Amino acid sequence: MNTADADRLVRTALREVAPDADLSRLRPDADLRDALTLDSLDFLRLVELLSEGSGKRIDEEDYPKLGTFSDAVGYLSS
Amino acid sequence: MAEFRMPSLGADMDEGTLLEWLVHPGDPVHKGDIVAVVDTAKAAVEVECFDSGVVEQLLVEPGTRVPVGTVLATIAPPGTPVAPSPAPAVASPAPVAPSPAPVAPSPAPVPSPTPDAPVTSPLIRHLIAERHLDRNALHGTGPGGRITHADLDRAAATTPPSAPPTAPAAPEAPPPATPAGASPPPAAPSPVRASPLARRLAAELGVDLATVTGTGPHGAIDADDVRAAASTGAPPTAEPTPSRAPTEAAPVGPAPVGHPPRGADMRAAIAALMARSKREIPHYYLTETVDLGAALTWMRDRNRELPVSRRLVPAALLLKAAARAAVAVPQLNGFWLDGQFTAGSAVHLGVAVSLRGGGLVAPAIHDAADLPLDELMARLKDLVARARAGRLRRAELSDPTITVSNLGEQGAESILGVIYPPQVALVGFGRIVDRPWAVDGLIGVRPVVTASLSGDHRATDGATGARYLQTMAHLLATPEEL
Repeated sequence: MNTADADRLVRTALREVAPDADLSRLRPDADLRDALTLDSLDFLRLVELLSEGSGKRIDEEDYPKLGTFSDAVGYLSS
Repeated sequence: MAEFRMPSLGADMDEGTLLEWLVHPGDPVHKGDIVAVVDTAKAAVEVECFDSGVVEQLLVEPGTRVPVGTVLATIAPPGTPVAPSPAPAVASPAPVAPSPAPVAPSPAPVPSPTPDAPVTSPLIRHLIAERHLDRNALHGTGPGGRITHADLDRAAATTPPSAPPTAPAAPEAPPPATPAGASPPPAAPSPVRASPLARRLAAELGVDLATVTGTGPHGAIDADDVRAAASTGAPPTAEPTPSRAPTEAAPVGPAPVGHPPRGADMRAAIAALMARSKREIPHYYLTETVDLGAALTWMRDRNRELPVSRRLVPAALLLKAAARAAVAVPQLNGFWLDGQFTAGSAVHLGVAVSLRGGGLVAPAIHDAADLPLDELMARLKDLVARARAGRLRRAELSDPTITVSNLGEQGAESILGVIYPPQVALVGFGRIVDRPWAVDGLIGVRPVVTASLSGDHRATDGATGARYLQTMAHLLATPEEL
């Protein structure tokens, strides 16, 4: 998955788990859970969407690598 | 003849708005079938009927606000032939405040069953129509060939939604004639065909129905169409969301719907209930710091084997332990009514769900103590998604026997909660934090959570509450037995 695809996937997934959030104001290095007030179920749903959309298996140990927008894009496109 | 009445959906509700009928006169219904959607200050609630028979008359129009106990419909004994009438014969049961724009019931009826059609409930029939599925092509896998939710999901996954018609409105179908003696025709009848829910959503979201493309029968606009129009019209980061089959399980889109206008009502409802709690209930509070090392290690090992969709979160373990402890200490599970404690018949665990955009609801997970962990986890996800979409079921709102407030990862370290009357206890969990912890004379770092119990001192004393917290801590120390 290239960076542009990963960027699109993360945006689409975030819009589903936090439909009220204004992603245009989200800083790429902001902690997603803090910035979008995601609870554990929201975050699990986010991981589920990213895993489905990328076809990549995401283990629980890797959750910290999805902490920010740019981390998530980097993780999925690596 | 039985009467279907506006139910009370919690101690704080004395009136409600009939939002949508899911049945028509002449439809057979069974006890437990979901027949209507009622709007309360907190959520749109799906309400089931308590009798079996045939829907005779719908007495209240969608959009009408009536007191609890008002007869909404009459249900004739099974087998009674009922001539379907085109519109509710509004017998005007003293509506509290008629909605400003009463809307005509959607005149598009569900196709009447053919003799060999599979057996369906009203909700299923409604969903079939809503999802534009061909009922005769559906294969029912339930008892007696009944079509189940799962059958619909399967069909929806394989059947593409019917293409939206090009013309947004079908002017050849006027609203049904209003019966004599009924209320005046709806104000400003719009040429646009839309379901009542769609009209309400459109008003709340500021969507002009004339600009919405309907995907329902004859181009009628349904709620999903309005949500789609609202989301594509949103200015920031406008990018079309991926299209997907409209399955009920998907929490896409509807989350923010209805909350901004509902906010003030919900605030008032919470204010009234919490003020009553603090006025009437002498609370006592206990806390216990619980080592979650064993529970979280066990959970991570288990999650490693599983796809994301089946993984657990710590909240599921905490809720299960809270429910099991309530079985062990039944004095905390039930209600304070008429000056005495009445034990709950089972543990229906209320879960406080905070809503994006403010406010909270605390619907119940039924029989939570008996559910396997993965089932409890699935129920939790479903409940939270529906609570945030503003769509809950009657029983979920009206009968929790004890409630849990779990602050989760973003919360504070501990919570001393306010009991939901008429319940007698509230369990609180703070954020899970790593702390130094003494084990066998050595200091280690362990994940711990502060569990709290708020008890009604009229019903129990602190010793009972302490026993509850101890029981819960023991349960969490042996997670494989949860």
